Amino acid sequence: MYHYNDFDTAFLAERNAQFRAQVERRIDGSLTEDEFKPLRLMNGLYLQLHAYMLRVAIPYGTLNSAQMRKLAEIAERWDKGYGHFTTRQNIQYNWPKLRDVPDMLDALAEVDLHAIQTSGNTIRNVTADHFAGAAADEVEDPRPVAELLRQWSTDHPEFQFLPRKFKIAVSGSEVDRAVTKAHDIGLRMVRNAAGEPGFEVIVGGGLGRTPMIGKVITPFLPKADLLPYVEAIVSVYNLLGRRDNKYKARIKITVHENGIERIRELVEERFTAIKAQFAGFDQELLSKLEAAFAPPAFKTGNIKGYEAARLTNPAFASWSDTNLSAHKADGYAIVSISLKAHGATPGDATADQMRVMADLAERYGHNELRISHEQNVILPHVHKSDLPAIYAALRDAGLATANIGLVSDIIACPGMDYCALATARSIPIAQEIAERFDALKLEHDIGPLKIKISGCINACGHHHVGHIGILGLDRAGVENYQITLGGDGSEDAAIGERAGPGFSADEIIPAIERLVLGYLDLRETANETFLQAYRRLGAAPFKAVLYPAETKQDAA
Amino acid sequence: MPRAFTPKVVTANHLLEGDVIYQTNDGWTRDLAQAEVLDDEAYADLRLLEATQQRDVIVGAYLADVEPTDAGPKPTHFREAFRMRGPSNYSHGKQAEL
Repeated sequence: MYHYNDFDTAFLAERNAQFRAQVERRIDGSLTEDEFKPLRLMNGLYLQLHAYMLRVAIPYGTLNSAQMRKLAEIAERWDKGYGHFTTRQNIQYNWPKLRDVPDMLDALAEVDLHAIQTSGNTIRNVTADHFAGAAADEVEDPRPVAELLRQWSTDHPEFQFLPRKFKIAVSGSEVDRAVTKAHDIGLRMVRNAAGEPGFEVIVGGGLGRTPMIGKVITPFLPKADLLPYVEAIVSVYNLLGRRDNKYKARIKITVHENGIERIRELVEERFTAIKAQFAGFDQELLSKLEAAFAPPAFKTGNIKGYEAARLTNPAFASWSDTNLSAHKADGYAIVSISLKAHGATPGDATADQMRVMADLAERYGHNELRISHEQNVILPHVHKSDLPAIYAALRDAGLATANIGLVSDIIACPGMDYCALATARSIPIAQEIAERFDALKLEHDIGPLKIKISGCINACGHHHVGHIGILGLDRAGVENYQITLGGDGSEDAAIGERAGPGFSADEIIPAIERLVLGYLDLRETANETFLQAYRRLGAAPFKAVLYPAETKQDAA
Repeated sequence: MPRAFTPKVVTANHLLEGDVIYQTNDGWTRDLAQAEVLDDEAYADLRLLEATQQRDVIVGAYLADVEPTDAGPKPTHFREAFRMRGPSNYSHGKQAEL
C-alpha cells in the first residue's frame, strides 16, 4: 500500500488547519453560507435533510486495518455508530455536527485519509476494481496508476473549477468490475500485440439524467503516456465543457455535442503540446508507487481443512460458493463480505462490524481491505485454509450473508431517508426486496442478478446499469418507482430500457417479484441468467409479466 | 388565475447541529407542531426574509407547505414528513429525540 510521505502529511495538515479556521469564521459570522458552502464542499461536507454529511474518500477502495479501525472510531465518537459505504468507494457519515468536523478530519489524517475533492466541480475520488492486486484475470494491479492520478488530481490548480464534477475509474482487467464505461474517464488495462500493458481509454460515459455509455478515445495508450493524456482530456473538457447549463456540463454532453472524433483531435493536439512537460518524473513516481503496491508475501499450505469444512458445513459451502472469487495466487481466494444482510441497509456497517473486518484483515488477510462500488467489503488476499475461521467470525458479526451477485445484493443510494436531492426513498425498497426473496428461498435458484436502486435521476444507485433498475420519483407528491430492464455495468455495458409506467411504493415489491418469477419461467436452462434471457428474448415477455392487465387489454 | 396561497411554515437547518428547525413567533423550534403558521403570502415572504437574515443561526431557509390542525401544523408532502421525523431505516433524528 501507499503510505503518505512528509509532503502529503504536511499538505493535509495545512489543508485541515485552513478548514478549521474556515469553520470558525462561519460560526462567528465572518463568512456567509454562500461563501462557506464551496469551502465545505471542497472538504466533503454536505448539508443533507436531517444533518451534515461528511463524505470521506477511500482512494481506489483500498484500506488497511488501522484505517478501518479509525473509520469505526469516528463513527462511534462523532456519529451514530455506523458508516455508509457508497458506490464511489467513499464512506459517508450521516450525523456529524459542524463544530466536530475539523476534529474528524484530523482523526482521518492520522491514518492517511481525507475528504478532499469528494464534492465540488473537481476530479473526484479515483475508483478502481475492488479485486485490484488479487484478481486471477488481472493484467496489472491498477492501484499504482490510481494513486498517481490521485496525487496528480489533488489540488491540481488547473482543475479546481471544472464545468462540473469529474470521475475517473481504473480497471486492471479486461473484465470490467469498475464500471469504467459509465465514468467521465474510464481506464481499462489491456495488452497490445507486443504484450505490453497499456490502457483502453474511454471518455464521456455517465449515468444521471442523461445516461451515456463512454466512447473509446484510444484503444491502446502506452502506460508511460497516461498522465499527459488524461491531463489533455481534462484540459480540453475544461475549455470546451458547457458552463451555461448545469445539466449539460458533464463531459458526456461535451463528447456527445462535439463528437468523439473532434474531441480526439483536440486531445491529441493538447497531448502533443504538454507531453514534453512530463519529462520522466511521473514515471519515476509511478515506479515508486508500483514498489509500494508490491504483492504481499503469499503463504503456501494445504487446503484440506477448507475442503473438509465445505463437506461438513452446508452454510459454509453456500457462502464459499457465492462470496469467493478466483485469486491469482495458489491456495488463495478473494473474500467478498456482504453488507447486504436481508433487511439491512445496503452499504452500512456498524463500528463493531468495521473492527471485526479490520481484525480479520490483520490476522488472515495481509492487512488489506477493499470497498467495492457495489457497497460490500473485500478481503482481497485470504489463504483458503483460513476461510472456515473467517466465516465463523463473520457469522458472529452478522456479516456472513451468502448473497454476493444475487438478487438481494442490491445497490441502493441513501435516497430520501437522508439525501437532500432525492425524490423518493431507496433504502426501504432494497430492504423489502431482499426480505421478500429471502422468504421465498429462491435467491440461489435465481442466480446472478443485479438490482440497482436510485432515489432520483442523478443515479447514484447506478439504476441505469442494473439488470433491473429502479428509479424513485415524486409523482404529484407521492413516491413512484420506474423500472428499467437490461442494463449492464460490465465490459458489455448497456443502459437499461424503461419498462413502462411506474409503480407506487406498495406495488413495486410485487412487481419485482412478478418480474423475477416470470424470468424463471422464461429462461431456457437454469444456467441462463436474467440478463442473458433478457438479451435473447427482448423486453416484450418481461413487460407482459410486469403489466399483466394492460397486456390482456391489448390482446382483447 | 394564480393558485391560491396555501398555509406555510418557515423551515431551515440549524447551522451548528445541521438538524431541521422551524420558525416560531419569537425564534426557532425543532417541533413542527410549535411552528408559526403563515396564512398570508406577503407576511410569509416577510418572515422568510427575516429568517434568511439570521445567517449565524440557520442555513437554507424556505417556505414549506403545511396543513393546520388542532395539534399544530402537519406536513403535506412526504419530504417534509421525513424531515420532521427522520430516516425510515433507523430510529434516528427527530423521531428518536422528541
